[in-house]
Amino acid sequence: MSGRRTYPLEVTDLGVRLDGREVLSGAAVSAAGGEWLAVVGPNGAGKSTLLKAMMGLLPHTGEVVAGGVRVRDLKPRERARLIAYAPQSPSLPPDMTVFDYTLLGRTPYIPYLGRESAADREIAGAVLERLDLAGFAARPLAHMSGGERQRVVLARALAQQAPVLLLDEPTTALDLGHQQQVLELVDRLRAGDGLTVVTTLHDLSLAGQYADALLLLADGRVVASGPPAQVLTEPLLARHFGARVRVDAEEDGRPLVRLLRPDDR
Amino acid sequence: MSAEPPRADPLCADSPRSDGVHHDLEPADPARGDSARGDSARADLAGADRVRADAGRAEAVEVVDQEGDGPGSSRSDARRSEARPSEARPSEAARSRPGRLRTVTLLVAVALLLASMAVGLLVGAADISPKGILFALLDRLPFVHLDSGLAPVDQGLLFQLRLPRVLLAALVGGLLAIAGAGYQGVFRNPLADPYLLGAAAGAGLSVTLVVVFLGGDAGVAIVPVAAFVGAVGGVLLAYAVGNTAGRGGGTATLVLAGVAVTSFLTAIQTFAQQLKLEELQRIYSWILGDVGGGWEQVWMIAPYVVVSTVVLLLHGRLLDVLSVGDEEAAGLGLRAGRVRFVVLLAASLATAAAVAVGGLIAFVGIVVPHVVRRLAGWSYRIVLPISFLGGGAFLVLADTVARTILAPAELPIGVVTAFVGAPFFVAVLRMTRRVGT
Repeated sequence: MSGRRTYPLEVTDLGVRLDGREVLSGAAVSAAGGEWLAVVGPNGAGKSTLLKAMMGLLPHTGEVVAGGVRVRDLKPRERARLIAYAPQSPSLPPDMTVFDYTLLGRTPYIPYLGRESAADREIAGAVLERLDLAGFAARPLAHMSGGERQRVVLARALAQQAPVLLLDEPTTALDLGHQQQVLELVDRLRAGDGLTVVTTLHDLSLAGQYADALLLLADGRVVASGPPAQVLTEPLLARHFGARVRVDAEEDGRPLVRLLRPDDR
Repeated sequence: MSAEPPRADPLCADSPRSDGVHHDLEPADPARGDSARGDSARADLAGADRVRADAGRAEAVEVVDQEGDGPGSSRSDARRSEARPSEARPSEAARSRPGRLRTVTLLVAVALLLASMAVGLLVGAADISPKGILFALLDRLPFVHLDSGLAPVDQGLLFQLRLPRVLLAALVGGLLAIAGAGYQGVFRNPLADPYLLGAAAGAGLSVTLVVVFLGGDAGVAIVPVAAFVGAVGGVLLAYAVGNTAGRGGGTATLVLAGVAVTSFLTAIQTFAQQLKLEELQRIYSWILGDVGGGWEQVWMIAPYVVVSTVVLLLHGRLLDVLSVGDEEAAGLGLRAGRVRFVVLLAASLATAAAVAVGGLIAFVGIVVPHVVRRLAGWSYRIVLPISFLGGGAFLVLADTVARTILAPAELPIGVVTAFVGAPFFVAVLRMTRRVGT
């Protein structure tokens, strides 16, 4: 993107202890500005914890540096203007409208006892139009379908206008078509705005298909990272997922992961 | 422009508009037709943000200031003089503001409160002419001189009994309702009420101790002060217990601490009142509530009314942010713990003031906010102010019923609030029945 400033993300030696248990240790994460990094790994590997710690929502050791700024040094409001985070199961107040929910993304720009300005409402409105949600603006969240809700959560994160976007399992509980829609949307936003995107994704094939780089977590440690083809290999997946898989290469070189049945091969 | 290989875009296939999402904002801004398309939408957003920064409202933060500046700051300077595309064509979405308090809602609530107060003033055991009451009230206004034709005894009854009583009922009802709304917002729990954190048990214990150990009239005189101190003490105790027991002071721990503190204080209170059973009547009638305290008590709680309601009303937007949960609110840059502490403090102060002069009036604090939510809207910017007005109106009417239905005897007001309020609440629930709730 010509002349656009992008925000590389550099995480070093990130460690998280919860209730005395080491959930994450020595994690190093590196994403170039405007790149899509997917965090993969078996259940309980610490994927969500990694994202939360990067957002500063959990006490942690190590450093997170985004766009050259140490996140630890920022006030919460400043941090929220730099990094936007969408949790795996966001709580969506059922009566809140899509527009008001999106407007929550402007929180880091509003003084403590202030109120949303006309500019904030314009930005929320523009984001909704951009995500094809303008027609739903006045609709309560309870009346939105799963795929629409995921887009609304994205809209809130985009209204934050943060150059770094952390998405925890953005495709959870979505059917195939909606998974595709949401991921294509994220990719288009990333390409269009130069956003640095980090997502956790439990679906390895999707991760291999969409991300520029992958990070494999197992037992709270980073065991592999790099381009998809280097991370999604049969030995690595067998060791860390305990899964028998075959990894085929697609025409564009991206890996395609397939489970093996006992009588396969 | 980074050469991003165009992948199949299902959104394009689905909807003819989706390809235009980046373009939508573009046509009105021909000056930048050469810039990348995705670029423009974002720059527009950043531009709008710059406008607000120019207005000097939010302090500019370095990291975001640079963001979206595009190729060089000269362009961003040029853009300031340009008409923003979104100004030329305000989007439908931006104009709809369903989560805000509408003037008509506010006016209806104010009218409701005034009407209920009028009823409260007009209705009573003594028969005073409505016209006389109206004239007497207007006569008190500056520059207005009217002859009400009321006998001095009726004047006294109106100004020394009914008027303070109606005002006190309105204040107590308003305080309990707005405190309940605040508690519900902080705990994100529809069952939260002003007494959730030990305010009721603390006040109950304190009043019992005063009545039992000071006894008689000396005790009665300081009951309001004792109730206030007890309510504040109960909440503080629950808060302290919750913070030491729970990691990070989560709301669930706080509620459980409230339960524990309530049981503990209630146990002591029960023991204390067993010591002097002849005072049971006095204690019990305080618990059931009464707003006949007169002007002295109106003035006593006035400062707390002002402080607590102003603080609560200022936190409406922040309670809306908290409604997505602590963690997400933190992700949005909000210090959830601080907001919760301030709101709890203000709501507890409101509760303590209400309890001090009204006793433990049940039902108002939990039900009024729900009725408001159903009828007027979900946002705490609506729920807080309208609950204050609606709670006041409700308690004035309840008190009017309490002192007239068995006149000259009086029913405890707490009996009326529950007896009249519960069926009314059920009716509202049925009327506004929705999917999923």
